[in-house]
Amino acid sequence: MIRDTTLGAKLWATAVWAMVGFFVVNLLAMIGTVVTSSFATRWLGTWLPIGWTTRWYSSAWNEFQLGDVLIVTFQVVGVVVLISGALGVTAAYALARRDFPGKRLLVLLFLLPLLIPPITFGIPLATVLYRTGLAGTFWGVVAANLVPTVPFVILVMIPFIEQIDPKLEAAARVFGANTFKLFIHVLLPLLLPGILAALLLVLVRTIAMFELTFLVAGPTSQTLVVALYYAVFAAGVRAVQSIDAMAVIYMVTTLIWLIIALRFVNPTQIVTRAKQQPAH
Amino acid sequence: MHATVARTASGPNLRQKLAARGFDAVTLLVLPAAIFSLCLFVYPFAFGLILSFEPKNGGWLANYQRFFADAYLYDTIYKTLALAIPVTLLNLVLAVPVAFRVRLMRHQRLLTTILVLPITLGTVLVAEGLLNYLGPQGWFNRTLMTLGIISQPLRLVHNYWGVFASLVITGFPFTFLLTLSYVTGIDPALEQAGATLGASAWQRFRHIYLPLLMPGFAITFCLSFVQAFSVFPSAVLLGEPAGPTRVISIAAYQAAFEEYDYSMASAVAMIMGFVQLAIVIAVLASRGLFYRGPATGAKG
Repeated sequence: MIRDTTLGAKLWATAVWAMVGFFVVNLLAMIGTVVTSSFATRWLGTWLPIGWTTRWYSSAWNEFQLGDVLIVTFQVVGVVVLISGALGVTAAYALARRDFPGKRLLVLLFLLPLLIPPITFGIPLATVLYRTGLAGTFWGVVAANLVPTVPFVILVMIPFIEQIDPKLEAAARVFGANTFKLFIHVLLPLLLPGILAALLLVLVRTIAMFELTFLVAGPTSQTLVVALYYAVFAAGVRAVQSIDAMAVIYMVTTLIWLIIALRFVNPTQIVTRAKQQPAH
Repeated sequence: MHATVARTASGPNLRQKLAARGFDAVTLLVLPAAIFSLCLFVYPFAFGLILSFEPKNGGWLANYQRFFADAYLYDTIYKTLALAIPVTLLNLVLAVPVAFRVRLMRHQRLLTTILVLPITLGTVLVAEGLLNYLGPQGWFNRTLMTLGIISQPLRLVHNYWGVFASLVITGFPFTFLLTLSYVTGIDPALEQAGATLGASAWQRFRHIYLPLLMPGFAITFCLSFVQAFSVFPSAVLLGEPAGPTRVISIAAYQAAFEEYDYSMASAVAMIMGFVQLAIVIAVLASRGLFYRGPATGAKG
């Protein structure tokens, strides 16, 4: 380990930490504002609200039909996780185990939806879904959300499958396992941690996926984040605290899954696809 | 393994020939995902491209002519770039020194977990939170006034700076985590060799790390830029969607869902994709000017 002990180096380190501190303090204060406001009776022109109440939660719950919205959100997310798992893991297995002409092109095809931002491909996608009548329905929202999640599962799973020794599969074959038995008794137990990590990341990303859901959702197929957007967009119609209460419900929904996900994955994996970072 | 397969007099059959090239039952497993991707990604894109040349009225280029003739439309490109490029550069410039500090830390997990929060919560929540926090009565202005730095609350929402702040809050963690993964991927032995030979911290950064990291920075820049360029919810909620923060995605959205002109909307989406692609290609092409080769040692 190199230690720089000059005064300049120490000042520089202090400046860098001060900047990180400034960022983190502002971030937490921003979240704190939303939480404080959601419990406030009246909050105008003071540091802290005059009184505290929980009534905004029940009013937000009724005003925004959050019960229905939450059910739709979990249904969409559940179906997206299951389908992207099924499509993604099988495709990743083929890509990890076989070399065939056109493989690079196929990998590029799976890489593109992750590199192009959702709003760019979302508008042509929404156009197609409106023409087919799928937009506005539950399955339209699921289909749109699958576009980035299937490639995401594939790219996370490829390195994971590659590190499993093919000899294990050959051995199972020698002992007479058919493809189904091979999958259930050999591959699935070995792949389970990777699949779990990939699907949890898909879950967190789908709850927060605004653009695609926004472009294709109808009144009965909104997810929580889209409902929150409409509430903020129409601010002034309803009490700020009510919208903040909804934002807190959204935060709690997302953070529960984030905490579960972080037990299995490194935070950097939420951003970078599949970099396997050994623990230092 | 294939020794028991009976060979016919005419040589290997079609199935064996295909298997030798890598096509067998396992390869077919890729088909469901590939077909899905073709139907829901490639087809809509191609459809949108063709649709953009079939305008509601006028010749085949009418949508593009309208876009580049109408200042209200073509200005969105400048407005988006005026947000996306400074934000991306600022995020990268801030992320690099922090990543260099954090790489020396033993317990990075707490910091990375805090930083992953705004990415997970998403742009809509950040916009909602900043509306209160940066507002004239919010804690940010209140603190600055208490400290005596300003006498009047700064106007930070419903303008350019609100959107800028939201892009920093969601973009900085993203840029930082990407940068960190590149910085930790470089063998520390290279730096130690430099230090042994008496290079100062700045010299080690300038002559050892920077050349090795340039390709990684280029990719980080591209990914962060593309994210910032497609800003939508915060530009509407925190900005002035009719004025200085009328970004290109707002123009595309309005064409599609307010004018119901899907042909025009597709044209705007294609222009948006094209501008992103042009900048990404320009940045990645300049990558060729820098060193490319092995830099990762045995880690861990």
